Amino acid sequence: MGNDVLVLAEHRNGRLSDVTFELVGKARELADRGGGRVLAVLLGETSLAHELGVADVVLCSEDPAVATYNAQAYERAMVHVVERQQPRLVLTSTTTVGMDVSTALSVHWPAPLASYVVDVRRDGEDLAVTCRAYGGKLLAEVALTGPRAICAVIAGCFPAADGRSEVAGRSEVAGQVELLDLEGVFDGLGVSVAQVVEPEKGDVDITAADLLVSVGRGIGSRENLEVVQELADALGAPLAASRPLIDQGWLPKARQVGKSGLTVRPKVYLALGISGAPEHLEGMQHAETVIACNTDPKAPIFDVATYGTTVDLFDLTDELVKRVQE
Amino acid sequence: MRIVVAVKQIPDLVEELELTADGTDVDRELLKMVVNEFDDQALEEGLCLKEAGDAELVVVALDEPDVDQTLHAALAKGADAAIKLTGALTGWIDSHRRAALLASWLSGQSFDLVLTGVQAADDLDGQLPGLLGAQLEVPHISVAVRVEAEDGMAKVWQELAGGTVVVDEVRLPAVIGVQAARQAPRYVSISRIRQAQQSGGITEVEVQAAELGTEQFALRRLVAPEAAGHAEMLAGGAGEVADRIVELLRAKGLVRS
Amino acid sequence: MPIGGRKQPPTAVELEHATVTSPLSGREWELPGMWNRMFEQRVEWDFTTEGFEKIGSLEGGESLEWCYGCGKCVPVCPVDLVGEYGPRKIHRKVQTGLDLFTSDDLWLCTTCMNCLRVCPKEVDMVKVMPAVREVAVAEGQVPGELADVFEKTFRYGNALGENPRRRHAWTRDAGVDVRVLASDPRPVDVLFYVEDYWSYHPRGMQAARSFARVATALGVDFAILGPEEKTIGDSQRLAGEKGLFEALMEDVVATLDRYEFQRIVTPDPHGFNALVKEYPKRGHRYDVLHYTQLLAPLVDRIEWRKELDCTVTFHDPCYLGRHNGEYDAPRTLLRAIPGVRLVEMGRCRENGYCCGGGGGGMWLDGLTANHTSERLSERRVREAVESGADVLAVCCPYEVSRFEDGAKSTGNDQLQVRDIIELVDEAMGGGGG
Repeated sequence: MGNDVLVLAEHRNGRLSDVTFELVGKARELADRGGGRVLAVLLGETSLAHELGVADVVLCSEDPAVATYNAQAYERAMVHVVERQQPRLVLTSTTTVGMDVSTALSVHWPAPLASYVVDVRRDGEDLAVTCRAYGGKLLAEVALTGPRAICAVIAGCFPAADGRSEVAGRSEVAGQVELLDLEGVFDGLGVSVAQVVEPEKGDVDITAADLLVSVGRGIGSRENLEVVQELADALGAPLAASRPLIDQGWLPKARQVGKSGLTVRPKVYLALGISGAPEHLEGMQHAETVIACNTDPKAPIFDVATYGTTVDLFDLTDELVKRVQE
Repeated sequence: MRIVVAVKQIPDLVEELELTADGTDVDRELLKMVVNEFDDQALEEGLCLKEAGDAELVVVALDEPDVDQTLHAALAKGADAAIKLTGALTGWIDSHRRAALLASWLSGQSFDLVLTGVQAADDLDGQLPGLLGAQLEVPHISVAVRVEAEDGMAKVWQELAGGTVVVDEVRLPAVIGVQAARQAPRYVSISRIRQAQQSGGITEVEVQAAELGTEQFALRRLVAPEAAGHAEMLAGGAGEVADRIVELLRAKGLVRS
Repeated sequence: MPIGGRKQPPTAVELEHATVTSPLSGREWELPGMWNRMFEQRVEWDFTTEGFEKIGSLEGGESLEWCYGCGKCVPVCPVDLVGEYGPRKIHRKVQTGLDLFTSDDLWLCTTCMNCLRVCPKEVDMVKVMPAVREVAVAEGQVPGELADVFEKTFRYGNALGENPRRRHAWTRDAGVDVRVLASDPRPVDVLFYVEDYWSYHPRGMQAARSFARVATALGVDFAILGPEEKTIGDSQRLAGEKGLFEALMEDVVATLDRYEFQRIVTPDPHGFNALVKEYPKRGHRYDVLHYTQLLAPLVDRIEWRKELDCTVTFHDPCYLGRHNGEYDAPRTLLRAIPGVRLVEMGRCRENGYCCGGGGGGMWLDGLTANHTSERLSERRVREAVESGADVLAVCCPYEVSRFEDGAKSTGNDQLQVRDIIELVDEAMGGGGG
């Protein structure tokens, strides 16, 4: 049984995602301590392999079945690789890809799985893992015992710089890229990709704004959106929102901040009535300054905010509009 | 077509979560349990599917606290049947075991689609849709935002990070993890829920799950996160807070003086 | 100020130009716009009776079609004063094809009952609206903000979605002991039914503490249900959730059955209304008082310690006054307070204005705002200011927050909004000052 740590690389629009570098960096640290290798699995975009210099081996495939993300094809490929490599630990993210693959691996490989991981360390023969639970209200300390394990890691928990070869001082990999032989692995797939729909660019680009006014469930009803829109207009800032409001159809998808929406890094992020679910925090925690207004003083948004207030958000909105319009 | 919607109860996060003395679980004596909000989305998508075509919709849940209310609400919304799986079910039920219990019941059923919430607040050992699909050895898709089905095939809109949507064609049966239904979950009047309550309608089925290797996942303890950094709370009423915010924005050149 | 205040004007529909062609000569006349002016589009004349049939078939919906269009209800309707509403207008709209079941008009009525007071035909909107709403609710046609409150009420037993276990948190800072029956179930004289807004709203909690101090000082033997209390939910019933009201009633009655008490006293005219009128219909009879009715007869026993020196006007709660005929108990208390000069607003007692919170209006501010020029509470605050009062006194838990918001938004921050019990408490030297 090896001490290798295997990472599933994720990419979008021809670029590796930040979380991939975060995972590779963490894998490097864990593999170095345990005397194992870092293996990265890169499906679909072999040309990106050279960016994964921090890994010892990049296992690639350009099989048409994985040219675009196909849940079942990815799973089969990963089960195939893992069964052959038998790593000590598999790291995925908790994105759509991570959720699909980590759960399937856990059953088919099989191996214990911890999800929403924010930290993972070696603890003797075991792995000591910390997971975010109950909407971020609690942390769970978990021991994964046995010879192998899977961790699905929340994006943004480890430094991406540790996984970037140019920063970590590793040269580009050559000869360590291995093409996978996936002959027969994709026979009889029950899932095929019919279409890929990129998100509409929308009327405004919330990722480009220096100031964002963002609203959450705390505004109560759709009618109240107007009030907040008035503030956004007065400030000349686009209006963004957390997932529940988008799901209700109150604002277009292009305004969604968070894991399944967009990641924003404005100078100031004004969060109104947002409690701060982990999925939302992922999308905005790197804003320069976060100002949060929520009536619940224990709302998790205050843990990432620079400034906070618990005054009524409509009172605050009124007062702000008055001052800005003066 | 037969659609099964699997729903579960989770602790109501509106309330303070208190821990048991040994710290390995939330104190369930004091908790209010409510339906997982993503399961509510899955049910809504199931109801939309049922209304769009000829389908039977069965909702299934494990016997967890206050689950009857959830099942009655589902019946009131239009589910054709509600199944409650009983057995020795207490405390936190991990996703692997939950999937095994559901799979053991589903293996004796005919079904085309299993819809369930993409995730839950307490699925620490992984999300149900993937585990259930893998255990049933049928395809599964997580983070669906729309599902259409006919003739043994489903079209599933799967959302990836950044909002890209992949439209998959999936051979049925399959398990779909729903993130959001095509419309907001419908309101069902309390009168209807009460009618459903009075007419019974919940079928209890005892299940026994196959042994699974989840003992390798050991939940040592739950802790409240240390507030790494906490926001500086602005003092005063709305007026004073607004003054401070405008000052901050001005300092960053984001509002004109 | 004109009595109508800032009324929302009707929409004038006017053609810029119209050309009329003679059917005989074929000659054309150009008509300027003013000849074509009308208010709203002209209704078609070939309407059906479908609307009345559908509404009339509902229990409680029969009386809408009794209307003979006299229009007395329109000027007394508090919603029409700031919008385009009024029962007669609803009648006319239904007559000419409005589907009330899906119209926003369905949610604007606050069930204040002022129309019924003047109606010669006894068209009872307090029954019509809930009946139609019940059907709309059953079909899922319910404004989101209201549905949210229904769900919270069903889930937590209170409209605010607060933790039921914290229902008696207000007692901690009351300065007197408040007995909770669950932990001390001995028989008691007065069961104090605190209701939602006095239990959870910060301003309501202050009033609840005042009540506890006053009642204790007067030697009233009282206790509360604490975490076992659930809202009576009368406003939810009037907003169309009869099933919710009935579910709550089962729970409330089961809880009340466990304890021995002589009387129920509540600060909430809405809960009071249901206990007095709806509970007996289902065979549940209690001796029920509004808190002003408990205290008014005891007023001579009060030891006053402080003179307040203020001009006070009083807002009659619709559900204490018009609905249940109690106008004097609150005034008895106010007049007894040393230094209080009571002045009346133009609309008072039987013709009292509505704060906008009844019949579900408390939870429909978003929808209502789209149909009114100002909130009813804002209208009322301006009237209070005009009366020359420094203090707007109230005795319904909905009103303090509604009127305080109204005072702020109309720029009348100098007007204090106080529950009568807070004034009594302050004049008795309690901490309510």
